[in-house]
Amino acid sequence: MSAALDHPSVAEGGTGVVETPGRRALKRFLRHGKGMFALVLLLAIILVVGIGPIFYDVDPTRIDLVNTMAPSSAEHPLGTDENGRDVLARLLEGGRVSLMVGLAAMAVSVALGVLFGATAGYFGGWVDRILIQVIDGIMAIPLFFLWLIFLTSIPPTPLSIVLVVGCTSWMPTARVVRSEVLKARELEFVEAARSLGATRMRILFRHCLPQATSSIIVSATLAAAFAIISESALSFLGIGIQPPRPSWGNMLTGAQEYLFAAPALALYPGFAILLLVLSFNLLGDALRDVLNPRG
Amino acid sequence: MAGYLVRRLAQSVILFWIVTVLTFVIIRQAPGGPAILANPDLSKEQMETLTETLGLADPLYVQYGRWLGGLLRGDFGTSFNEGVPVLSLIAERLPNTLMLSSVALVIAVALGMGLGILSAVKRNSWFDGLASTLGVLNLSVPAFWLGIVLILLFAVELRWLPVGGMPRSRDWSLIELARHLILPSVVAGGFLMANVMRYTRSAMLEVSDQLYVTAARAMGIRERRVLLVYALKNAMLPVITVIGLGLPQLFAGAAITETVFAWPGIGSLGITAARTGDFPLIMGITLVVSLIVIVANLLTDLSYMLLDPRVKFS
Repeated sequence: MSAALDHPSVAEGGTGVVETPGRRALKRFLRHGKGMFALVLLLAIILVVGIGPIFYDVDPTRIDLVNTMAPSSAEHPLGTDENGRDVLARLLEGGRVSLMVGLAAMAVSVALGVLFGATAGYFGGWVDRILIQVIDGIMAIPLFFLWLIFLTSIPPTPLSIVLVVGCTSWMPTARVVRSEVLKARELEFVEAARSLGATRMRILFRHCLPQATSSIIVSATLAAAFAIISESALSFLGIGIQPPRPSWGNMLTGAQEYLFAAPALALYPGFAILLLVLSFNLLGDALRDVLNPRG
Repeated sequence: MAGYLVRRLAQSVILFWIVTVLTFVIIRQAPGGPAILANPDLSKEQMETLTETLGLADPLYVQYGRWLGGLLRGDFGTSFNEGVPVLSLIAERLPNTLMLSSVALVIAVALGMGLGILSAVKRNSWFDGLASTLGVLNLSVPAFWLGIVLILLFAVELRWLPVGGMPRSRDWSLIELARHLILPSVVAGGFLMANVMRYTRSAMLEVSDQLYVTAARAMGIRERRVLLVYALKNAMLPVITVIGLGLPQLFAGAAITETVFAWPGIGSLGITAARTGDFPLIMGITLVVSLIVIVANLLTDLSYMLLDPRVKFS
């Protein structure tokens, strides 16, 4: 077997550092301009909304009707909204809400996607045919209107938004995981594991699913972008996160009425959503480039 | 081919049936039931009378059967808010939604394909970079906020375009209509445009590596003809898939856009219905939009057969 000689660490004269696929991907990522930009942007947003309130300790729900739609001042760096609440404090708090709801919905979506995708890909046959039909079916109906129905019939709490968005957005992940598992199932080492008598579950989780890791990571970032933008739209429309709890979406609900008087109120939260979603989308694209050398 | 048609048609019917079941079950299983949620001020006696007259005490499948029977006879119930039959409210506003979404679709496909082809031709140029940046920005911007920003820029600051709504009947003209349509249709179709652009670009790049494209070039056919006839024809297939998959999002985008621009369509009507707990109305709108999307998807798949003879045999 010449495989050992072809191993990169041997081929490079044995520098001691093993060139694993993960390390290679990391190297490529560090050279990926857009990807690094997205990562820095994302970390900056998480840092600001995460620890910002420690340094800027202002109550985001305190109403001050004498001081509404004030321009920026020393007391209110970004001014106040139509109820005299501090805009900066609301942006920080709203960002935490949007980020957490988005990430939780992403987790639900990815978990379901992996579950259904792996089931379809690994078991194949009629299980696969049925699941594919279900996935295609769900993707062909206007889910947004079913969200409206859901959110009229249950109270729109952060948890219900997470579940509604998460449970209806797993299909793209399921598709990718299915095709990766389908491919992995036919690989030689999986065949070897099978002939050694490994259980189905062990083969699926230990051997097949790891082959889908890159695809799952990419889907997860795109799912996060989708979840955040969905939450913001629902909150904007008044059927998502409910005031007085701020979210970047519901901060914009009233903004349109005051477009003439205080246009800035309409700009900050939307720009914040744009930056957050953009960072996830760019990160997803970069990871796709980096983790899939063929592409 | 007839087999494929029948199978595809049956799938669509089943899918629509599932949507009716989902819609019905979600609403009926809501905690407290629809009657209570709709009007919290009712007394206990009134509540019981209502439960009696609406048949809410019957088993769920009996209620569903009755409701479905009504749908088939064109009875979608009466709107809680307006006190008018749901179907007449929908019929009145549906043309506006169809107008907005078809203009949005045309703009999205034309711009998306145009930019996608140009990016593929001028691959890795500054234009390609600019277009892909525009694409990812379009996928990342919340539609409602883009709408607000465009209103702020073109209606409030520059005063070139109206802030929203449809032209009033006394100053109705095609130009006036176009002035009202341009911003909402760009916003409603933005997401689809970005996706069409991405897929057109990658499909064109993939196709242009194929031997028949090289062969066409080798035969001395002009580059423009090679790209627009030989390559594009084959690059169309994935693009059509994306358009089909994007239809649900197009209607969602249109609903949000209608709300921001006060465009009197069924999307904004549905959102208001959801906000105010007008169950019959939101159910009716969901069914109508689902039906449109499912039929449009069916047509998309059939257009595949015309474009790609291979589908007929699979």
